[in-house]
Amino acid sequence: MFEEATDRLCEFLKGMADPAVVARLDRVDAKLNEFGVDPFGFDPELAKTIIPAMVFLYRHYFRVQCQGLENVPTGRVMLICNHSGQLPIDAMMICSAMVLEAEPPRIVRSMVENWVPTLPFVSHLFARWGQIVGTRENCLRLLASDQPILAFPEGVRGINKTFGERYQLQEFGLGFMRLALQARAPIVPLAMVGAEEQTISVYNARGLAKLLGLPNLPITPLTPLVGPLALLPLPTRYRLYVGKPMEFTGNPDDEDSVIAEKVKRVSQTIHRMLHDGLRARKHWFW
Amino acid sequence: MSPKAEDRKPAPIVITGISGNLGGLLTRRLHTRHPIIGIDRRPFEGKPKDVVHHRIDVRRRKAEDIFRANRVGALVHLGLVHQPSRSGRAHRDQNVLGTMKLLEYCARYGVRKVVLLSSAYAYGAQPTNPNFLSEDAPLAADLNTPEMRALIEWDMYAQSFFWKHPHIETVILRPVHVVGKNVRNAPSNYLRLTHPPTLLGFDPMIQLLHEEDLLQAIALALEPGKRGVFNVVGPGEVPLSRALRELGRTPVPIPHFLAAPVLRQMWRLGLSAFFPGDLPHLKYQCMVDGSRARAELGFHPEHTLRETIRAIL
Repeated sequence: MFEEATDRLCEFLKGMADPAVVARLDRVDAKLNEFGVDPFGFDPELAKTIIPAMVFLYRHYFRVQCQGLENVPTGRVMLICNHSGQLPIDAMMICSAMVLEAEPPRIVRSMVENWVPTLPFVSHLFARWGQIVGTRENCLRLLASDQPILAFPEGVRGINKTFGERYQLQEFGLGFMRLALQARAPIVPLAMVGAEEQTISVYNARGLAKLLGLPNLPITPLTPLVGPLALLPLPTRYRLYVGKPMEFTGNPDDEDSVIAEKVKRVSQTIHRMLHDGLRARKHWFW
Repeated sequence: MSPKAEDRKPAPIVITGISGNLGGLLTRRLHTRHPIIGIDRRPFEGKPKDVVHHRIDVRRRKAEDIFRANRVGALVHLGLVHQPSRSGRAHRDQNVLGTMKLLEYCARYGVRKVVLLSSAYAYGAQPTNPNFLSEDAPLAADLNTPEMRALIEWDMYAQSFFWKHPHIETVILRPVHVVGKNVRNAPSNYLRLTHPPTLLGFDPMIQLLHEEDLLQAIALALEPGKRGVFNVVGPGEVPLSRALRELGRTPVPIPHFLAAPVLRQMWRLGLSAFFPGDLPHLKYQCMVDGSRARAELGFHPEHTLRETIRAIL
């Protein structure tokens, strides 16, 4: 009975999907087995159920403007982006851009936090949509099979910034650079403008978040009025800038200081792209 | 008989746990080429005539006599007892102490090859697992269950034997869930339930291995020159829900916060055949990377994924 209900829901959502987008998803090159899933649990049929939501958010809600997507090379690549917005909608929009606008369409594997597998429903749905727990082994294995990886080296430090800290890049982790060097994968810097303003967080209630078992709990001016609904993002316009691929060579096991030098070149590039984007922007919402 | 003729005669292989389903199949596969000596307390039904079977516990003195009296060429240790309802202490004694004794005989009487059947269970199903665990991954199964503790202790002991006795070719196989028509292990029994419990909102990817493919891996491990720890993986990965659907099961999804207490009570009262210690496997994935066995043993599963799932029917 439960299975029938979920099947019917899936069919309904798939029926709502834009046929042109379905056709794009069908063009994605995936190594599927006889049960229609790839070794990492990506299932294109189940991925189609998210198309209606994805298209609505991408085209109508955040009205994403994407520049330079043709810079993403074929084969293995690491997309490195600034992280913002309290909820990881920026990741979802980058993945959507690669499905909706890239030629050929590709499934980006974003490296998710390792508490995601402990969340009911989210755990397996993320996997079926092609997302994956961000361990070293997973990343190297995906790069070795020439898949695009999305990573946010700022991690939670970036996404949890309060409004006063917007567009200030937080410290980048070094792990992504070691992985890129080891897998000989080019790095494509991305700058996301607009996601910062979707939730105006004035304070991070870390203590309360810990009590509730949440990674963080941003408080917005609307929280006293509408409670958790205040976390719903405002329809700001997203602008995604895709930079030229950067190639790095060297020993992945170098000292931190050597790796940090290379990481700095990436973060400076993203910083520059962010501020060019901010200068070009006239308004938050359009 | 001249010493030369003696050399040409293949040395006998000792198989522990020979009366089990896997032991029987392995015996029938090997006995035409090698003399087989079986050790198992249980009776061996359908025993080929040329096989010698000793109905003894491996910890008994008589087991040592078998190694002393025969020029044993290889030991295949299948004698790991998986019976979660037994007392934890007896379970550990049987498995760990029994294996220590056996390996001691192997070292003392010059056995050249030891094949030990461990399990990919030992890695444990955890949210932080990479999708494919290599042989070097920590053995981090749930230490709260005595069975898993014993399995890990057993595997660690086998590994230390591997390092301590470099002149013995030791092979430790860690197969994923083995399924088969007559296999009565936890994963096969689970897949045979008409209404298997699942966790609401969780659907981990699983790997299964056909028992006949496991036999192939054991046969390859017995070949001279092969040594090391190997994950043994079947033909692919599949979501648990898809496997249950293939078998026509009707899963009963239970909210995860209720599952542990409910299933534990039902297990205690004998109302459910599902061992609550296996609950993490319904929640998180525990998949392994089989590339080492492919490259070094030349192992390739012959059954397709669909055949493997349907093997329990």
